[in-house]
Amino acid sequence: MKNKLTQLFDGAHKDLLNIFFTAGYPQLESTTTILFALENAGVDLIEIGIPFSDPLADGPTIQESSKIALENGMSIERLFTQLEEYREQQPQASTPILLMGYLNPVMQYGIESFCQRCSQVGVDGLIIPDLPMLIYQSEFKEIFEKNHISNVFLVTPQTSEKRIHEIDTNSTGFIYAVSSASTTGSKADFSAAGDYLGRLRDMNLKTPILTGFNIKNRSNFKDACNYVDGAIIGSAFINMLEKSQDLTNDIDHFVKDIKSS
Amino acid sequence: MNYHVDEKGFYGEFGGAFIPELLYPNIEELQENYLEIEKSEEFQKEFHQLLKDYVGRPTPLFLAKRLSAKYGAEIWLKREDLCHTGAHKVNNTIGQILLAEKLGKKRIIAETGAGQHGVATATVCALKGLQCIVYMGEKDIERQAPNVARMKMLGAEVRPATSGSKTLKDATNEAMRDWINNPEDTHYIIGSVVGPHPYPDMVARYQSIISKEIKEQMQGLPDYVIACVGGGSNAMGAFYHFLDDPSVQLIGVEAAGMGIDTDKTAATLSLGTPGVLHASRSIMMQDKDGQVVEPHSISAGLDYPGIGPAHAWLKVSDRARYMAVTDADALTAAVECSRMEGIIPALETAHAFSVLKDLDLKPTDRVVINLSGRGDKDMDTYMKELNLTEL
Repeated sequence: MKNKLTQLFDGAHKDLLNIFFTAGYPQLESTTTILFALENAGVDLIEIGIPFSDPLADGPTIQESSKIALENGMSIERLFTQLEEYREQQPQASTPILLMGYLNPVMQYGIESFCQRCSQVGVDGLIIPDLPMLIYQSEFKEIFEKNHISNVFLVTPQTSEKRIHEIDTNSTGFIYAVSSASTTGSKADFSAAGDYLGRLRDMNLKTPILTGFNIKNRSNFKDACNYVDGAIIGSAFINMLEKSQDLTNDIDHFVKDIKSS
Repeated sequence: MNYHVDEKGFYGEFGGAFIPELLYPNIEELQENYLEIEKSEEFQKEFHQLLKDYVGRPTPLFLAKRLSAKYGAEIWLKREDLCHTGAHKVNNTIGQILLAEKLGKKRIIAETGAGQHGVATATVCALKGLQCIVYMGEKDIERQAPNVARMKMLGAEVRPATSGSKTLKDATNEAMRDWINNPEDTHYIIGSVVGPHPYPDMVARYQSIISKEIKEQMQGLPDYVIACVGGGSNAMGAFYHFLDDPSVQLIGVEAAGMGIDTDKTAATLSLGTPGVLHASRSIMMQDKDGQVVEPHSISAGLDYPGIGPAHAWLKVSDRARYMAVTDADALTAAVECSRMEGIIPALETAHAFSVLKDLDLKPTDRVVINLSGRGDKDMDTYMKELNLTEL
């Protein structure tokens, strides 16, 4: 069975915009409001961050949003409930949804029940940045496949060509190409990533590639799409949410501004 | 039973390298090189030369006669407090700085809790002329001011970690983020037997000099080896060469903080459950959702919600016993050691002394306490908590 993510990549696709936000931020119940606004604004993929107390790979913006979300009472169970409510309210919503979360909370929930719940609420893919590929293969892969969950691995400018091919073989969603050696939302300049993204493109991998980290605006997004299938915006979106007085309206503007040609 | 790391980087079910892809090349480089470098004649020669001439090893094994009389057994103190910089931490930083040099790294980062590892790192960076950045929790910067001053004097930059509990856990997060942002020229000197493989094994190897010397100095096996555990580096160093001697009882002492029945505690092995923290699978303090619980201990060096994976394995396989000591009992033990033996121990180390009263000791028992560090850095806390100004 194909999930919404694999369907998306099976069809003609380019300039895909994936927006990341943290579940339960800025308010506990913002999750569904943001999902609905993103769906209506026409993003191509939605990535929801499961907040964790110790987000190693994240810069200050996502750390802060995770901290506030946890203070708001966010948890994996609460997120699944919100997603259930969203599916009930918006049965026609068709944008693929991915969850991004660190391994420990997922382990404590139980990987088997976690994947089953993902499948029930229409989550198509998972990004678990601290899940090593070997552990994925030996302990997780079968459970992901049984529940039709795609799995996304990261590559960085330091990843060797040999390992990129291994990751390509083991990926079932897209490859998340981190644009520079940095935590999320750093000040690194995206324009330097061209060589690296061009190198990835020229490897002709079987798996589609989206790039993320340090993509802030329309110009970065267009640059990225010159090389790969699309791009992920996280910290810049969360910074906007932090200031927003009207989530639905501001999200619509944000997305349309990025996507306008 | 195998108590050492296996070829995949695990101790039983614990250990491994649960790292984001961003750290993969750094960790792979270490995994592929650490053993070969350590075993090379060149490394061994320089390592042991520095331990002798710079650190002042071997450290004495001292028979504490008044404590022995009080507790009815032979109490021996392994004097790691006499190491250059005042604690065992320097054994590891000497090893890692030589490793970093061999790998061609120009920039060194470290995390620190009590500041002893930070000082030991700043020291070896000065020795080798390398740039040094130490991450330290904002709360620890306040309570370990003398060590902050020492790091600065030694030329290191001390960067405050302001997230979470603002202690060791958060300093470790910040150091890992720094490494993600500087993957090529930087070596991260982790100060304990925690973190992704190969750190737990690598740090244990550099610290194992402690038990190697104890074994030689004792001329025979002790009955007990006792050490405090935060992440667990001094304990692992003191246990290492006794792991396969089952007659030696190994006791690790955690910080119970206000008590293990309160929520102000850092007794990871007493209260924790299996999970992944700082890139290895071990036992950790967490809530039902897998969020890390913020620990509490009066001692900054033990104020950590995790523990090295090797200790988790020693506990689960019943090779070592772990006890927990409260802030108050550690303070009492610190005063006792000071006044009965003329040695002011670090607050961390004081936890180890406190279990003497709880052991069923016989006059023939030979007990080694790893006196992991001296207490100068804790004088502010001692003065405040013990009302020393009024004594």
